[in-house]
Amino acid sequence: MKKFDYLKPTSLDEVFSLMEKFGSNAKLIAGGTDVMVLLKRKRIFPDVLISLRSVPNMAYIKDEKDKIRIGSMTTHRELETSTVIKEKLTALYDAVINLGSVQIRNVATIGGNIANAAPSADTACPLLVLDASCLLISSKGEREVELKDFFIAPGETVMKQDEILKEFIIPKPSKLSGSAYWKLSRRKAMDLPILGVAISLAMNEDKSIKKARIGLGVAAPTPIRAFKAEEFLTGKFLTDEVLAEAGNIASKEASPRDSIRGEAWYRREMIRVLTKRVATISFKRANIV
Amino acid sequence: MKGMKKELITLRVNNEDYEIFTYPNKTLLEVLREDLMLTGTKEGCSEGACGTCTVLMDGKPIRSCLMLAVEAQGKDITTIEGLSEDDELHPIQKNFIEQGAIQCGFCTPGMILTAKALLDENPRPTEDDIKVAISGNVCRCTGYAKIVKAIKESSK
Repeated sequence: MKKFDYLKPTSLDEVFSLMEKFGSNAKLIAGGTDVMVLLKRKRIFPDVLISLRSVPNMAYIKDEKDKIRIGSMTTHRELETSTVIKEKLTALYDAVINLGSVQIRNVATIGGNIANAAPSADTACPLLVLDASCLLISSKGEREVELKDFFIAPGETVMKQDEILKEFIIPKPSKLSGSAYWKLSRRKAMDLPILGVAISLAMNEDKSIKKARIGLGVAAPTPIRAFKAEEFLTGKFLTDEVLAEAGNIASKEASPRDSIRGEAWYRREMIRVLTKRVATISFKRANIV
Repeated sequence: MKGMKKELITLRVNNEDYEIFTYPNKTLLEVLREDLMLTGTKEGCSEGACGTCTVLMDGKPIRSCLMLAVEAQGKDITTIEGLSEDDELHPIQKNFIEQGAIQCGFCTPGMILTAKALLDENPRPTEDDIKVAISGNVCRCTGYAKIVKAIKESSK
């Protein structure tokens, strides 16, 4: 690794002034499980690392009346062991239990997973279908950006150079709703997804779909929503034909590429398969009798 | 630029405090092995994939190759050298030997520390719990069955 200075600010104000001082020569480090690999592979060459670890009040899960707030420095292991996440944000729970391994999850943060903006980010699809927003904060103030508008390209987001990702704001899922995430990979642990599919469904009493959300990972240059398939599902009953058509539509909305983990045609096929499978799980979790 | 100078850092490893004069770009793994000569912790892939560099930080398993030594200040670090007491091996270490769960031995320190963290949290794990817990530790001799058995024995 190239040599660098390491700074450990203890307040957000201090973080902002260091970011302003060093600009693009600085790199923020949270858990470090991505940044350290980039440093070791000589993909980034910062003069300064600014650690967020010593900034207080950045790791939390707040269960409020109609929202759940997750601090960006919350580790995947903290999410995995939280009953709020397991019971209310099940798609996110599905994603965090298989991310990396316990040694990674003890350190890696959800803010890092999203800010790193990999197309394969496991927490992105669940957060997309749970209608999460990102709270971005700078010395000038704060703004809320819906996650669906957050990613621009692999590794690129709408965050400005002076902003940091402070928290995720997730509306509490309504009754009669359920969500799930499926990571398609060769093994569960220590593997990136070939494809990730998350779905959340809010149901009407008559078992028709009130609201559908479909999130796809590694299916395009960024994690995406399958808006047309969501629209198609709205108001419908979950029959085999409806699910098959939703899968077809979602598959057409994706723009996967051939990569070392899987080819584009295979990803398109599996979007069809997994849309059905994950929607079925989400429906079961909605607990409509 | 202040010039990327060495810094004096303090680490607590196996219940002893150490002062080390090192560069901020040194990983915890490098400092453990090269400055403290605690070579029980192994370097495998050095990219967080293999698990052989696992140490415990405040009782939780982490990858020491992905942790800067400066970031580990103020935490309690346990390496494989910290498990035995006097000349007595830790029960998990004994069971690894008795069950033949060690072949080349390279993954063993990481496996044992991961197992210790699991058993501290869940003293009666199922076989599946054990397999999930060690899913981030690769054994290239592929002696997994005996490793799982040794951990199972340690839970009795």
